Amino acid sequence: MSSPRPGSTDPALVRNFCIIAHIDHGKSTLADRMLQHTGLVDARSMRAQYLDRMDIERERGITIKSQAVRLPYQAPDGTEYILNLIDTPGHVDFTYEVSRSLAACEGAVLLVDAAQGIEAQTLANLYLAMENDMEIIPVLNKIDLPAAQPEKYAAELAHIIGCDPADVLKVSAKTGVGVSELLERIIEKVPPPKGDASAPARALIFDSVYDTYRGVVTYVRVVDGRIGTRDKIEMMSLGTTHELLEVGVISPEPIPSEGLGVGEVGYLITGVKDVRQSRVGDTVTTALRGATESLGGYRDPLPMVFSGLYPLDGSDYPELRDALDKLKLNDAALTYEPETSLALGFGFRCGFLGLLHLEIVRERLEREFNLELISTAPNVVYRVITDAGKEITVTNPSEFPNTKLSKIFEPVVRATVLLPSEFVGAVMELCQQRRGVLLGMDYLSEDRVELRYTLPLAEIVFDFFDQLKSRTRGYASLDYEPTGEQEADLVKVDILLHGEAVDAFSAVVHRDKSQAYGVLIVQKLKELIPRQQYEVPIQAAIGARIITRETVRAVRKDVLAKCYGGDISRKRKLLEKQKEGKKRMKMVGSVEVPQEAFIAVLSTSDSSPKK
Amino acid sequence: MTHQNQTPFSLYIHIPFCASICGYCDFNTYTAQQLGGGVSQESFHKLLIRELELASRTLDAPLVSTVFIGGGTPTLIGSDSLTQILRGIENYFPMSPDVEITTEANPDSVDQQMLTDLREGGFNRISFGMQSAAPAVLATLQRTHTAGASKQAALWAREAGFEHVNLDLIYGTPGETDSDVRDSVNVCIDAGVDHVAAYSLIVEPGTAMARAVNQGVLPPPDDDECADRHNIIDTMLHSAGFNWYEVSNWAKPGGQSSHNQAYWTSANWWGAGPGAHSHVDGRRWVNHKHPATYAKALENGDALHVDTEELTPEQIHVEKVMLALRTRAGLPVVELDPQELERAREFALQGVIDPGEFAHGLVRVTDSERLLADRVIRELLG
Repeated sequence: MSSPRPGSTDPALVRNFCIIAHIDHGKSTLADRMLQHTGLVDARSMRAQYLDRMDIERERGITIKSQAVRLPYQAPDGTEYILNLIDTPGHVDFTYEVSRSLAACEGAVLLVDAAQGIEAQTLANLYLAMENDMEIIPVLNKIDLPAAQPEKYAAELAHIIGCDPADVLKVSAKTGVGVSELLERIIEKVPPPKGDASAPARALIFDSVYDTYRGVVTYVRVVDGRIGTRDKIEMMSLGTTHELLEVGVISPEPIPSEGLGVGEVGYLITGVKDVRQSRVGDTVTTALRGATESLGGYRDPLPMVFSGLYPLDGSDYPELRDALDKLKLNDAALTYEPETSLALGFGFRCGFLGLLHLEIVRERLEREFNLELISTAPNVVYRVITDAGKEITVTNPSEFPNTKLSKIFEPVVRATVLLPSEFVGAVMELCQQRRGVLLGMDYLSEDRVELRYTLPLAEIVFDFFDQLKSRTRGYASLDYEPTGEQEADLVKVDILLHGEAVDAFSAVVHRDKSQAYGVLIVQKLKELIPRQQYEVPIQAAIGARIITRETVRAVRKDVLAKCYGGDISRKRKLLEKQKEGKKRMKMVGSVEVPQEAFIAVLSTSDSSPKK
Repeated sequence: MTHQNQTPFSLYIHIPFCASICGYCDFNTYTAQQLGGGVSQESFHKLLIRELELASRTLDAPLVSTVFIGGGTPTLIGSDSLTQILRGIENYFPMSPDVEITTEANPDSVDQQMLTDLREGGFNRISFGMQSAAPAVLATLQRTHTAGASKQAALWAREAGFEHVNLDLIYGTPGETDSDVRDSVNVCIDAGVDHVAAYSLIVEPGTAMARAVNQGVLPPPDDDECADRHNIIDTMLHSAGFNWYEVSNWAKPGGQSSHNQAYWTSANWWGAGPGAHSHVDGRRWVNHKHPATYAKALENGDALHVDTEELTPEQIHVEKVMLALRTRAGLPVVELDPQELERAREFALQGVIDPGEFAHGLVRVTDSERLLADRVIRELLG
């Protein structure tokens, strides 16, 4: 084998690149095709989407955790190169992880579906790459599709990145057309890594994955110096040191090596059991004669969206705690602490990077740990200053103070929406309703528009995406990034059943929308709460002020008309069934509330009236 | 037969025929047209008698205290066939001297002669499906008889010598008014019957009425309205000398149906005929539902039942509580386990069950809670 060995590869022969693409635009298929094209994986052992390892990733066709694969590649001129393909997560929730993956590369393949054009999230990641001065290689994929419009979208891409439409490569990852040209283009355009081989070692962590058998596997890109098997390493932001158990590269299975040199990409195993010990964005150096200055850019993952997770069956609480402990090993961004809800019992207030992150965690808890969960409607973090000048951080709406407040701050995001121009009016109306402030609007091409808004994050977590999709028949795409906070006139709306506030239903909303919100929830509950022995008033209140009220009348008739012969065993079976059904009721004070009512009220997806 | 088994025993005989099928009805009954040529209505009673013979061989000569012929429309097979069934029963079973023998009938399927024949043949109780006195309600229910026919039939039955006559009412039919209900009750009172059964309309899945409700053609019965109408019926019947003895049953003194009470006291009974249910010594079973399948099994000597249930002691207890709490007779406190007893004590304090009766060892749902009996049953059983 003549290809350069890991640990002693001339940086001039290395090309580090990533693929920026939207979900479904064919990133994984292209990566698979590259694996095949370079001879790393033969067609037989090719399993579709080789790089996406988690079930959920494969099912949803998205990448949650990035991976890196070393592709030895012989160019037509006979030179043996090393291509390091660094896979990036494709979703807005993981922007920080994306930025670290990008920081590990010198170039990026911008992969866009030739039938759909660029999407907002792709655009956001592209801008990130351009800010990092990375070499961008524009590629249109799926040119074999009948609906492909390569000329149109080549012009669009050229317009965005400022190149000639002729420079846009046209590829079909599915059939393999254009893949060798792409590999050539990467060799030609992506600059080889530059670094000081004699300087103290510095490597950037761009991913950190927990593996049941091996502990945490840390993916790094070496910038300066060398990390060898016998080195003791230091995590610069934490100041912790670890013995190295193994150093290696993924090609495409893990291959241990003597070390990693300048520009190389590979993995480190130290035996730590928690990804928090090996954080994305941190700099790895050697404990002896280590670097004094980190590569910079590290930041702690900051939860943006919160939700209470409760087991449907209260006795599953210990299982939920164990499951969260296990997920945490692999997810540095997940935070949680125990909380108690009068309505839902014992659970956890969990912090997430965003809605998708929440959904993925929830799905993994249900699927991998077999838990049935109720999650409260997602909410954001509020910073509240009381009249007494005390500052409170609120992550649970039920804890939002009812006392007089001098200032309330809510997080805001800069949102980018890409959409066909015909829907601009509808989307602007939606953003307006959601307290958005227009920042700008650009035509990407004749019929594609980029809208930029400042929006409260709370409005986005409350079914904004569903609304956006329904108003644009699914054609709009959305990206957002946190940009700070703003002062807002917010109030807490409590929902009372039989005079008792149900903490799980409390929500913080803008004062102008509090009435509408209260009416909506109260009416929904009226439909869902079965008639009880007593009349049950359902009220929405701001503080002590009731803003709306409905009543579930007392049940007056609860008896079967006929009970003869064959009715008897039918009736007995019905009683047995009702007994089971009773287990799915939660007692809120003296009121029986079916689980479905909680789920329906707490799910935001259709909690506002569709137009 | 060398000895007589003294455990009360009842017989139910199912006649699965109707002239037409009412839109609300989900009983196991068929028109001649639906049956095609497979089953003869004229000789069907012979099949029933054959099952009764089989029953008598399985059972330990129980003393028959009630017989109830239901349907369907039993009178559709004629007084002669019905009387022959009775003769069959007498042939195979010892009969209690005060046996209650009931047949159901549609008001428009009887005449004076037939009623006389039935009475002379041994029937001493008759139950008519009157349902309502309001023509519009009868039309919605797709009943074929007129409002006047029910009263006429009841009067004829009394003339023919029936001591016990029942009229069935249905209330809560879409379109029915409170005043329709009053008219119906007045007809029952005027007809001089000693028993009224009144049921709130149940829209049974699979019926024509269920389809109409699902399609929005008919509004579903309203529970509150039904509660009001139950109270109207109860008040009117009460002032006319009737007392409720089960959620849906009222009788003048001495008019209570022994057959009904057999069901509610978990007595033994054998149900003969297609789809008929039986309950003997903690076992429940049901016969082949379709008349043709039933007939074939009987002719081939195959098992008649399709579904058998061996009740556990817990299930027997649940049934006992569930049935007794629907009745005015109530449930002896001694039947309750300690936890149930505790809950019953709580109910007595709340006035859900009668505190005076409870002190005397009886659990009886109070009149005001009668319409919530199912809730009481559920909560008492825990």
